[in-house]
Amino acid sequence: MKNKPTGKKKSAKSPPVEEVWILRLYVAGQTPKSIAAFANLKKICDEHLAGKYRIEIVDLLKNPTLAKGDQILALPTLVRQLPPPVKKLIGDLANTERVLIGLDIKPL
Amino acid sequence: MVKAKHGVDILEKCPTGIRGFDEISDGGLPKGRPTLICGSAGCGKTVLGMEFLLRGAIQYKEPGVFVSFEETPKDLAKNFSSLGYDLNDMIARKLIAMDHIYIERSEIEETGEYDLEGLFIRLAYAIDSIKAKRIVLDTIESLFSGLTNAGILRAELRRLFHWLKDRGITAVVTGESGENSMTRYSLEEYVADCVILLDFRVTEQISTRRLRIIKYRGSSHGADEYPFLIEKTGISILPVTSLGLDHTVSNERISSGIPRLDNMLAGQGFYRGSTILISGTAGTGKTSFATKFAESACKRGERCLYLAFEESANQIVRNMKSIGTDLSPWVKKGKLKFHASRPTLYGLEMHLVTIHNLISDFKPRIVIVDPVSNLTAVGTSVEVKSVLTRLFDYLKASHVTTLLTDLVHFGSGLERTNEEISSLIDTWVLLRDIEINGERNRGLYILKSRGMAHSNQIREVLLSDSGIDLVEVYLGSEGVLTGSARATQEAKERAESRDYQREMDRKMREQEHKRKSLEARIKALRAEFEMESEELRMMAKDEKKRRNDVVAERDEMVRLRKADRSTNPRKEGKRKGVR
Repeated sequence: MKNKPTGKKKSAKSPPVEEVWILRLYVAGQTPKSIAAFANLKKICDEHLAGKYRIEIVDLLKNPTLAKGDQILALPTLVRQLPPPVKKLIGDLANTERVLIGLDIKPL
Repeated sequence: MVKAKHGVDILEKCPTGIRGFDEISDGGLPKGRPTLICGSAGCGKTVLGMEFLLRGAIQYKEPGVFVSFEETPKDLAKNFSSLGYDLNDMIARKLIAMDHIYIERSEIEETGEYDLEGLFIRLAYAIDSIKAKRIVLDTIESLFSGLTNAGILRAELRRLFHWLKDRGITAVVTGESGENSMTRYSLEEYVADCVILLDFRVTEQISTRRLRIIKYRGSSHGADEYPFLIEKTGISILPVTSLGLDHTVSNERISSGIPRLDNMLAGQGFYRGSTILISGTAGTGKTSFATKFAESACKRGERCLYLAFEESANQIVRNMKSIGTDLSPWVKKGKLKFHASRPTLYGLEMHLVTIHNLISDFKPRIVIVDPVSNLTAVGTSVEVKSVLTRLFDYLKASHVTTLLTDLVHFGSGLERTNEEISSLIDTWVLLRDIEINGERNRGLYILKSRGMAHSNQIREVLLSDSGIDLVEVYLGSEGVLTGSARATQEAKERAESRDYQREMDRKMREQEHKRKSLEARIKALRAEFEMESEELRMMAKDEKKRRNDVVAERDEMVRLRKADRSTNPRKEGKRKGVR
C-alpha cells in the first residue's frame, strides 16, 4: 500500500463494454490487518478483474461518519458497490476462496 | 472517584432519575462503568435504558448515546415519544445521539482476521459529537447472530467494555435472558459491575413486572424483587425497602367529620398520620363514613386522595348526596381526587406502585382506600399483607392519614380482618348490623384506638339526608335495642312511667281520702264520746237532784209524820232552804 488511504486507485485501462467493479475498502488507519487486506484485495483483483476494477479506500479514523452509511462494524470491510447487489466482506481477505465467493467472481 | 478516609475509592453513582430506582440502588448506576440489564423479551429493558438516557440528559445534564441493534431510529423515535419526549428535538439540541447498527449475516462474508474497530469508531464519534456521559447498547447480543466468529466477538466485547470504562462512560447494556445463564451469550462475564434482572411474570392471568439487582459490585443495594410499572411517564419502581418503625409521629388530632364520633375518640378525633380502619358487613355505611372524613379534610383545606375499588367516582358522588355530602365542589377545586379502578385490573404490586405514584404526585394528606378488602381478590393473604404493610409504612412515614374500609363477610368473625391487618391499624371502628325484631340497624363501636381514651359504648348509626348521626342505643333490662325496637322500648318505658305515675297519684289520692275519712270517723267518735260524756254528766246531775229530792221527800215525810229530826245539819239547812 502506497500510503494513500483515502485516495482512489484505478486500474490502468477500463474496457468500455465490460462492467466496472467498484470496491470500497473500509479501514481504520494502517493496521497490519488493513495493510494485509489491501494487499490481498489487490492481488485478487489483478488476477481476476484485471483492468475493470476500482478500489476506494475509506479510512474511518479520518471520516468516522462514513461508517454509518454502509453499516460498518468490523474492520477491515470490503463493500462491493458495483455491480449490484451490494456485498460485504469482512476480514483481511486472506481466504481467497471466500473472497471470490463473497464478491461473486467466477474464477477464470 | 472520591477518596475515602483510608484512600479507598468509593464508588460514585450515576443517578438515573427513574422513580424508585435510585432508592433501591442507593444512588443509581455505577458511574463510568457498564451495567447489564437482562430479561426476557418484552420485560422493559429498552424502556429502562431509554429512560436512563432521557432523564440523564434532561435532569442531570448528561447527554447520552442510544445505540440500537434492533430497532430502527424511526421506531425508536416513536417509542421515545410514547414516553413523552421529542427525540428529534433532543437530537437537535445535542442531548441525545443515536446510532442504529444493523448486521445481517447473509449479507456478510467472513474472509479472514477482523476486529470491531468500526463499531468503536462509530461509538466514539457518537459520544464525541455530543460529549456524552451515558450510553445504552440495546441489545449488543445481536452481534452474535450477525457474526460467526464468537472468539473474535468475545475478545472485542471485552475490549469494548474496557474502552467504555476508560472513557468514563456510564453504559447500560441490555441482554436477553438465556436458558441457563442470565443472558443468552453470557454477557454477564464481561459486564461484572452491576447486573439488573427484569422479570415479567403472570400469575392467575395477572402480570407483574419485577426488577431485581442481582449484583452491584462495591455498593449496597436492595436485594428484593421490586415490582415496577411502565407508565405514560416511564418506569416507576416501588422502593419497597422496609421503612421500619422509626417514623416521627404527630400529636395533632383531626376530626372524623362526625362530631359524635370525635366525641367517642376522646373528644378530638383521629391522630394525624394514623391508620384508621372502618370495617363492617355490606351496607353498614363504611363509604359514608369515609366520604364524611374526606369532606371534612377538604373543608380544612387538605388534599384527599380517594382510591375507590368498588364504585366509580361519579357513583360515589351521587350516592353521597343522599346523606347530605356533596363532594363535587371539592373535586372541582382539586382538593379531592378520585382514583377508581377495578382491583383485578392489574396485579397487587402494580396497584401499590400506582398508589405510590398517585401519592407522590398529588401529595394528599388524607388517603382513603375503599375498600381495602377488594385488593385481596388479586393476591394471597401473605402478599396482601406484605404489600399493605409497605403501603402503610410509606404513608405513615409521609404523615398521611389513611382511612381504610374493609368489607367483612357475613358469617366470618367481625373482629377479624381478611388480611390480618389489624396489627397495622391504629384506630379501628367497627360497624355492625344489629338484627332485632325483623330489622337491621347499624351499630358502631370503637374496637381499638391507640393512644387515646376512647369510648367503650355502642352507638347506633343513623343515616339521614342531613348526614350521619350517632345516637345512644337503648341499654336496658332487655339488652341492646336499636332502631324501631329502641324507639318502641323508649315509648314503652315512657308509657310505663306514665302509668306508674298515675298509679302513684291514685294511691296518694286514696290515702288522702283514707286519712280524711279516718279523721271524720275520729271526729264522729269524739263527738259521740262527747255526747256520752255530756249525757253522763247530765245523768249525774239528775241523780244528785233526784237524791236531793228523795232526801227532801223523806224529810217532808218525816215532818209530816212528825218524826225525829234528822241530825244531818246539811239536811237541816236544806230543809231550811227548802222551807
